[in-house]
Amino acid sequence: MNWTWFHKWGSPKWFYEMSGRWLPWLGVAAILLLAVGLAWGLAFAPPEKYQLDSYRIIYIHVPAAFLAQSCYLLMAIAGVVSLVWKMKLADVALQQAAPIGAWLCFVSLVSGAIWGKPTWGTYWIWDARLTSMLILLFLYFGVIALGNAISNRDSAAKACAVLALVGAVNIPIIKYSVEFWNTLHQPATFTVTGKASMSADMWLPLLISVLGFYCFFATVLLMRMRLEVLRRESRASWVKAEVARLSGGNR
Amino acid sequence: MLFEGLDLQLCAGEMLQVAGPNGSGKTSLLRLLCGLMQPTSGEILLQGVALTRQRDELARRMLWIGHAAGIKGLLTAEENLAWLCALHRPASLEDIRAALAAVGLRGFEDVPCHTLSAGQQRRVALARLHLDPPPLWILDEPFTALDKQGVAELERHLADHCEAGGLVVLTTHHSLAHLPAGYRELDLGQRRA
Amino acid sequence: MSNVFTLLLVREARLLFRRPAELANPLVFFAVVIALFPLAVGPESQQLRNLSPGLLWVAALLAVLLSLDGLFRSDFEDGSLEQWVVSPHPLSLLVLAKVVAHWLFSGLALVLLSPLLALMLGLPAHCVPVLLVSLLLGTPVLSLLGAVGAALTVGLKRGGLLLALLILPLYIPVLILGTGALQASLQGLPAAGQLLWMASLTALAVTLAPFAIAAGLKISIGE
Repeated sequence: MNWTWFHKWGSPKWFYEMSGRWLPWLGVAAILLLAVGLAWGLAFAPPEKYQLDSYRIIYIHVPAAFLAQSCYLLMAIAGVVSLVWKMKLADVALQQAAPIGAWLCFVSLVSGAIWGKPTWGTYWIWDARLTSMLILLFLYFGVIALGNAISNRDSAAKACAVLALVGAVNIPIIKYSVEFWNTLHQPATFTVTGKASMSADMWLPLLISVLGFYCFFATVLLMRMRLEVLRRESRASWVKAEVARLSGGNR
Repeated sequence: MLFEGLDLQLCAGEMLQVAGPNGSGKTSLLRLLCGLMQPTSGEILLQGVALTRQRDELARRMLWIGHAAGIKGLLTAEENLAWLCALHRPASLEDIRAALAAVGLRGFEDVPCHTLSAGQQRRVALARLHLDPPPLWILDEPFTALDKQGVAELERHLADHCEAGGLVVLTTHHSLAHLPAGYRELDLGQRRA
Repeated sequence: MSNVFTLLLVREARLLFRRPAELANPLVFFAVVIALFPLAVGPESQQLRNLSPGLLWVAALLAVLLSLDGLFRSDFEDGSLEQWVVSPHPLSLLVLAKVVAHWLFSGLALVLLSPLLALMLGLPAHCVPVLLVSLLLGTPVLSLLGAVGAALTVGLKRGGLLLALLILPLYIPVLILGTGALQASLQGLPAAGQLLWMASLTALAVTLAPFAIAAGLKISIGE
């Protein structure tokens, strides 16, 4: 098997060049998809039978919740790559993804609470999904706090990788135990209305805004990673040249 | 980045004194050699094979005494040595007592180490050099806190080990009076300038 | 290899018993926290009885967590951990022995103390066996997971609060299963299901956590 592509990813310079080429495309895709998906969803999609217009928050809530979970998965994969193949770029990805994931988690919790008030009559209930998301937020906080606490950059990245992996092993266990706990304490009074019953002009904008969120996430992650790569490789000659070029362009 | 462009080969019978000002990376170099740290770039070979591939081989051949030597204040000198030996190469109680006597601690076998002076605690750690030690010794500041006589004894012991075909890598600020034939010095401070 | 395991247990036992106050601290903490609750929620016995599964488990969880903060600190500072890393023995085995020793002398004491506090909270006597079994199975998981956090934060000057932040979310399944078992037995239902789940968590933690602990310690030492 040809592994050269894999090793190329280990080179910060190669990553910086390639990501620089993709970034405009991703950014444009994110803006277009988000604009179409959100405008369609928030303004033009038909109102829901029971929830009327309040359901429209799912066009923000659902993509954010999706992304918050995918982001932890990405961090776990980056953790494996970093620990097994000692690839520096995976470290960078892991640490830079954590704050974005935490924000998305926060957005999904807040939007869920706003939706909960008209639907359930309360901002917060100890529902299994809500509780799992809250715990996920705490897991993100843990990774961010550990990364900030360790001053040595390499050690911080490796420690975060270990923690993200331990967290990833635990997430399914936490999820199942929370569901078990929820059924134990209260019968499932509230369920999110079935997605299958949604009509095409409701779920199509949802799909588009989910894709838009993914592109947005990728754009922000790449931008953060590029900045971090410049910071880490600040002694390398190509970085000095690049920084000179960027600052020259601004003058 | 502490040092770059360092190329070094060590053979049996040699003693390498790593010198240099504070912060020049003496301890880091030693920790890299022991496998406690991983180099950012470059590699370390043991008999031609990468160190990371043969941790067991290194563990069997190497004795590491760091600045903090792994001596527990709550345990007695004898218990400390017994555990460290069990961890690396098992030794009998008589051997341990003989080793403690060799570093001038006869009569202190049953005393908890926190009641010993800093120099005596250092001697407890150094007693491992008398307990059927492996060929490669890596010692970080072994002379710290030792008195004049202790320093002289240790210097002689290190030189004897090298002359018998062992290999010693150590850091110290102190200039050695008793040098073996294979003595070399590596000054990390000069290299940087 | 198993010889080193036993010798390490003996060494840890010696160290712990030469400073017995440290063994007593988590136990006293456990008892004090339990005593705080009746003062906070009122002495009404029915309410305390219903809350007791949660109170006992939360207090036990915090006591274990606090006792773990210093688990590797002295070994880290005096260079013992470096000796473990450069030894020919697998680090994961050595840390497992360390955690087992810690659990035997502090976790087990906590388990043994718990029936007394449970009865003070008004938990019926027929629930005590379930409490004991759930704590017996659950506290090793708490110790092992907490040791992962302790290993990652051992090089930090103030790791205590960070350790709690890292580890408490991971304790949730144990908390849910432990209190679930107790609730069930309080309502006269069988608790075997929760206890078996807890046992599988214990098995999982014993097999996987030592590797994570060893990885964490190597990172902390290599810094």
